[in-house]
This record gives sequence, C-alpha cells and structure tokens, in this order.
Amino acid sequence: MTELDKTTFARQHVHSMSFLRYFLLAVIILGSTFGDVYIAKGMKQIGVVTVSRWRDLLFAPLHFYVALGVVMLMMFYISYLASLSWADLSYIMPATTLGYVLTALMAHFMLGEHVSLTRWIGIIMISFGVGFITGGPSLTVTPTPEGVSPHLEIHR
Amino acid sequence: MNHSSAVATWLMVLVMVGLNTAGDMTTARAMRRVGDFSEVRRKSGVLGVTIAVLTEPWFYLGLLAMTLSFFAMLAALSFIDLSVVIPASASLTFLLDLFGCQFFLKEHVSRRRWLSGILVLGGIILLRT
Repeated sequence: MTELDKTTFARQHVHSMSFLRYFLLAVIILGSTFGDVYIAKGMKQIGVVTVSRWRDLLFAPLHFYVALGVVMLMMFYISYLASLSWADLSYIMPATTLGYVLTALMAHFMLGEHVSLTRWIGIIMISFGVGFITGGPSLTVTPTPEGVSPHLEIHR
Repeated sequence: MNHSSAVATWLMVLVMVGLNTAGDMTTARAMRRVGDFSEVRRKSGVLGVTIAVLTEPWFYLGLLAMTLSFFAMLAALSFIDLSVVIPASASLTFLLDLFGCQFFLKEHVSRRRWLSGILVLGGIILLRT
C-alpha cells in the first residue's frame, strides 16, 4: 500500500515491506545475534590476542566457532544489503536491535540467568520502539513530476 | 581499571563507533544507488543484482569499514572490558547513525522515528550495562 501525497515535493515515507521482507528482517536479527555469540565463544577458546600473537587474530576465522559465527554474519550481511535496497537505514537499524532482546530472553529462559528489573525495562523499551517503527512506513521517497525517486515498487 | 587501560578502552570504543557508522552510511548509500533488489532481479536476474552490487564503489567502502570494524571487535573481545565497550559502542553507533540518516543519507527521519530511536537507545543502555 502506498501512502503518497503527490501534491508536494517534500521527502515522504511510503510502505515498501512484504511478508518476505519481514522474514529477511528476522534473518538479520538471528544472523547477527548468533554470529556474535559464536564468534565470542571461539575467541574465548583462542585466548588473549597480544601484539606478539597477531597471527592468532589473522587466523581466528579458521577456528570452528569463529567460522560458524562468520557464516551467520554473512547471512546477516546479505539480508542486510537486500533490506537496505528497499527500506531506510533509520527503519532497519532499530528493528535489528531486537537481537539484544533475543539474547537477554534466551539467557533468562534457556540458561536460567537472572535478568534484573533495569534490563526488563530495557527489553520493554526496545520492544516498544521497534514495534512503533516497524508498524510505520519504511522508505523515504521524493515525489517528482515523473513519479517518485527512488522508483517505487509496490508490494501487497 | 587503570588510566592506560581506560584510555585504551575508550579509544577502542571511538574506533569501533567510527568504523561501524562509516560502514552503515556507505553501505546504505550503495544499496540506495543499486535500487530495489526485487526490481533489479526481475529485469536482469540474480546475476544482475550481484553485478549491480559488485560494481558499486560505495559498497567497497562499506565492506572495508565493516571488515576493519570486525577485526577491531575481535581484538577488543580479547583484551578489554567488554561490559563497557559493547554497550558504549552500540548506543553511540545507534545515535550517530540516526544523525547520519538525517544529514548524510537525507532520509526523512520523522518524529515517529526519532521517538522510536530514543526508546531503543534508552533500551540498549539499560539492557547492556
């Protein structure tokens, strides 16, 4: 659905999301979250990297967990590139922070870690912020006499 | 935390924030120049999308910034206080990105987006500290 007022030439927002595009947002969130978790796990196994052990840093991507993390981050990156081709960064960026919420919830419900009241408030704030932005339009366009820029593909 | 390790920690935060923001801005600009992937794919196939991305100079700037940021994070993971570095760099990058969207990418950052951004920023700070 497009909500575009062609009577003005100011930058405006339009909806450009579809089911597949929301799914790719989920891949961004899961890919970045699990990617970071596996890389952190791998780097802990590798140990402290000092200047004299710089080769360890260079060869870190060959470690199993670091490599797994890199594969997840590649999935994140491809989905991220695709999403940025049809939505604003100021729309995608808050949505991706749901990964922080996911990490905290997993730590609480799967690992039984204590989540403090402050963190629960943080989780609620991020969730509200993300819900508020993803419920709104996703792309900035500039109406021109020939149409809109960038050219808008309408997804229903 | 002694003085030199505090300096090292905040220096690393600044490096990561700078690289992350630069990566986000240049990548977003590259993808805006490439255009909607679905539309490019319909006209010239998956190969067309790949070629369009790989021939976009801004894409390489973004890739370079993100690669450097990745190795900075790997280095940071091994020698400095993560409880400071991760929340500080995540929240500062988020804030700088919002300004970058408005002034560098020329996106229409509406009141709704600023409000959402402030909620999310506050949430990141509470959740990660």
